[in-house]
Amino acid sequence: MANQISDETMEYVGILAKLELSGEERTAAKKDMESMLDYIDTLNELDTEGVEPMSHVFPVHNVFREDVVTNGDDSVNMLANAPAQKDGAYKVPKTVE
Amino acid sequence: MAKVYETVIGLEVHVELATKTKIFCSCSTAFGGAPNTHSCPVCAGMPGSLPVLNKQVVEYAMAVGLATNCDITRYTKFDRKNYFYPDNPQNYQISQLYAPICTNGYVEIDTPAGKKKIRIHEIHMEEDAGKLVHDEWEDCSLVDYNRSGVPLIEIVSEPDMRSAEEVVAYLDKLRLLIQYLGASDCKLQEGSMRADVNLSVREMGAEEFGTRTEMKNLNSFKAIARAIEGERARQIELIEEGKKVIQETRRWDDNKEYSYAMRSKEDAQDYRYFPEPDLVPVLISQEWIDSVKEQQPEFRDEKRARYVAEFGLPDYDAEILTGSKKLADMFETTVAAGAAPKKASNWLMGETMRLLKEHTMEPEDIRFTAAHLAELIAMTEAKEINGSVAKEVFEQMFAEDIDPRQYVEEHGLKTVNDEGALYTVVGEIIAANPQSVADYKAGKKKAMGFIVGQTMKAMKGKADPASVNKIVAELMEKA
Amino acid sequence: MSIIEYSAVELGKKIQNREISSVEATKAMLERIARLDDTYHCYITVEEEKALAQAARVQAEIEAGKLTGPLAGVPVAIKDNLCTKGMLTTCASKILYNFVPGYTAEAVLNLEKAGAVILGKTNMDEFAMGSTTETSAFGVTRNPHNKDHVPGGSSGGSAAAVAANECYYALGSDTGGSIRQPSAFCGVTGMKPTYGTVSRYGLVAYGSSLDQIGPIAKNVTDCATILETIASYDPKDSTSVKRDSYDFTSGLVDDVKGLRIGMPRDYYGAGLDGEVKAAIERVAKELEKKGAIIEEFDLGLVEYAIPAYYVIADAEASSNLARFDGVKYGYRCKNYEGLHNMYKKSRSEGFGPEVKRRIMLGSFVLSSGYYDAYYLKALRTKALIKQAFDRAFETYDIILAPAAPTTAPKLGESLSDPLKMYLGDIYTISANLAGIPGLSIPVGRDSKGLPIGMQLLGDCFKEQTLIRAGYAFEQSGVFTPAVAVE
Ligand SMILES: [Mg+2]
Ligand SMILES: [Zn+2]
Repeated sequence: MANQISDETMEYVGILAKLELSGEERTAAKKDMESMLDYIDTLNELDTEGVEPMSHVFPVHNVFREDVVTNGDDSVNMLANAPAQKDGAYKVPKTVE
Repeated sequence: MAKVYETVIGLEVHVELATKTKIFCSCSTAFGGAPNTHSCPVCAGMPGSLPVLNKQVVEYAMAVGLATNCDITRYTKFDRKNYFYPDNPQNYQISQLYAPICTNGYVEIDTPAGKKKIRIHEIHMEEDAGKLVHDEWEDCSLVDYNRSGVPLIEIVSEPDMRSAEEVVAYLDKLRLLIQYLGASDCKLQEGSMRADVNLSVREMGAEEFGTRTEMKNLNSFKAIARAIEGERARQIELIEEGKKVIQETRRWDDNKEYSYAMRSKEDAQDYRYFPEPDLVPVLISQEWIDSVKEQQPEFRDEKRARYVAEFGLPDYDAEILTGSKKLADMFETTVAAGAAPKKASNWLMGETMRLLKEHTMEPEDIRFTAAHLAELIAMTEAKEINGSVAKEVFEQMFAEDIDPRQYVEEHGLKTVNDEGALYTVVGEIIAANPQSVADYKAGKKKAMGFIVGQTMKAMKGKADPASVNKIVAELMEKA
Repeated sequence: MSIIEYSAVELGKKIQNREISSVEATKAMLERIARLDDTYHCYITVEEEKALAQAARVQAEIEAGKLTGPLAGVPVAIKDNLCTKGMLTTCASKILYNFVPGYTAEAVLNLEKAGAVILGKTNMDEFAMGSTTETSAFGVTRNPHNKDHVPGGSSGGSAAAVAANECYYALGSDTGGSIRQPSAFCGVTGMKPTYGTVSRYGLVAYGSSLDQIGPIAKNVTDCATILETIASYDPKDSTSVKRDSYDFTSGLVDDVKGLRIGMPRDYYGAGLDGEVKAAIERVAKELEKKGAIIEEFDLGLVEYAIPAYYVIADAEASSNLARFDGVKYGYRCKNYEGLHNMYKKSRSEGFGPEVKRRIMLGSFVLSSGYYDAYYLKALRTKALIKQAFDRAFETYDIILAPAAPTTAPKLGESLSDPLKMYLGDIYTISANLAGIPGLSIPVGRDSKGLPIGMQLLGDCFKEQTLIRAGYAFEQSGVFTPAVAVE
């Protein structure tokens, strides 16, 4: 296998993705990631010199909204699914140390 | 010999744009409101919701770019900046990295050494985050998405500033330009203008930049100045002790006058930017740029010159009045309503500024109308009211924008110009105060002031002071 | 013919003719679901009372002459990644186990305006990540043609529900083949329209630049009719395309004379099951008989579509799925210490292994130092793949391809080797990268009795051509799909 993912990298990606994999899960994920990256590396066979990266398939541009307020108070609907709330706000563990 | 250090400062300035709706949804940007009452699936990050760009945001960003001598990017795009935080409902911010709307601009500031160019690296459009409130009672935080999705432009300068004074001058310049454009009210205290300071120090004359830190949470010019001093001192101390400055984000605590690192294992500064697939690029034509250019207002420098040339104002007045878009607008409207320019200027620079300071308000908070000010000036000029009554009426106007004419009539404040009545009153007061007359005759001229004061009091302040002076002098001599 | 066997358009006609009422049809479906769904598990949520109430309402409007469209009164099943106001929308994930949206996806709204009756929400691979519907947090769906086999995925519940006559038609979503491949495995007809044709508003995003909603139904006529109903220019979706025409049903013409059909050699080589290959070749002969011009050609870049796809889709997914964090909706873990621990535990407990795998990979390829090598490389590859299709469509009106290399695998076979499962999408994935439409049609059965599907690919906005060719094949009578479950 060409790609070697270190434990540090797995932990780093876990921080970025906010995922915490258990020992077994992490070993499997590491192996999968290595083999996927090997597979993805086949793209290197392809000469893409001078090719513009294509993020949108169609040359559609300038899709705008006019600056007019049409939304009202929808807080009841918005908060209906909140796992925890207080005084009309979403409640989360404290964010300042 | 002690080493001499130079401070190198670059600024990232966030400005909330004055649109009616948010950048990607049709929710109101109005301040206040109960938590989450200005939010919808888009700005609360609900699954399946999609952003649609507010055209006005692009126009404001272009206007600011043109006013700061930027190049406008003809093919501008949005990118996602990925990081987790509860005030950021999608856990990514839609911003611009790869093709920001404006690049390569500058503004000129005045320094003791003359004019100086501060270069602007770029201006990009992005969405604001929601508000987090710490709940002491339950030891948790509460999230309100009313501000989430409010449009921002971020103005990124080059590291061209060398002192707190230059930073303040640069911010003031930006603030005025943007206010003149009507693109934002730029209030630091309320957070509609916010500055992050990138600062490093190096030995005077060195070519290389030192390691910089970024300071956040600066919400007044004073805090910025203090933070720059504090951080400069901290970095110099580290260097002198042979330690290294670490490149990091620091949070300024203005009460403790100290910045502390915001480092955490969980805050990897790796934003994984990539093109926002839910939005399409914005193509800006020359015609569009031209039409935004055409709508650009007269900026401060032109206005200042015009006030001197057209209205004959002293330089000092023109400087103060154009120091705020609101003040300049008030001045021009008051003059247009018939007031003499110098009189209008005096009221705005004198009483208005005094009361603003007294109430710690900004010119933008002025409530009275120019029409009422013009009316008040007209009444004073016609001697319908005297100076002290005018001030009293003005305070009422300042507080609740009353109609000065109506107020004067309702409160019976019109100047009494009936000389016969005045002779009677002065005569009575002189008769009742023989000691004052004696003092006056003995050469104590101050005694006349007492009689004048008593007369004004008896007239409830409505007498024309010139007439009172004249009659008192005349009768005292005769007495 | 019994009431459950009608196609959507046939039923719609009978409802308009007052031969059958919407309520009767809805009841028939609900009875069928009650009887069969324990076995096949096509649905995550069935809303009996809501469906019956909606059917009664729709029926009244039909009788009042207000609803006259071809789908008025016809019961439909909706993939569970399409938001439905007041109805559970889980994306087959524990992390959304209790999520009830306050809004309805634009495509579903379009159906409701046309008088559709929503039966419930269908099972799928978690967040549409998978090709077998086995990654669902709520259990697997079984293939109605053989319950030991998978229905395909990720719209496996939708395809199986159509095959098992547990609905008259369904909506699915297709990011890398998720409509076309399960349709092929279940012996039904499914269509992925040109990117931007159906609004994505209300579709829980997987790979935003690739996702498209489309119909899964019993035949091409139904697909064309459904597409005509759900397709719309939507100002709420910035990637929605203002098309010149939203008429798809006029493509229902039995005529392929002069139609140039290309068969990419690179699709028919190693890896393609012999029986599948034979079935497709038979279709080619049939179309040729009807006057189409069939040629082989080299499309190229086929082997690069899957790696490019996984970089792009996973990168977008890692960002799209960041919003599931236990703050605003869905699952929040029980015990946690501080904010970041709450994030990590909620997400780690809420997402299944396949979803986590893709989020991890997607986060990695975007992380600093790898963005150019992986993400930009994939976007460049995408550009080249698009060019390859552009070249092909200069010569051909249609590309004829298998929908999948094999028929439906057995349950459990695919999960052990993700890479192998990914390779199963080799014929469908490039259509998503290029944004082009694809129509999957049942064309035969293998020796085990499992359905074989073919795929017709067309240039952007050329759905009508696909519909015409598919319809012409159906009319040939060479293959008529059998009822999966009696
Ligand atoms: Mg920013
Ligand atoms: Zn909103």
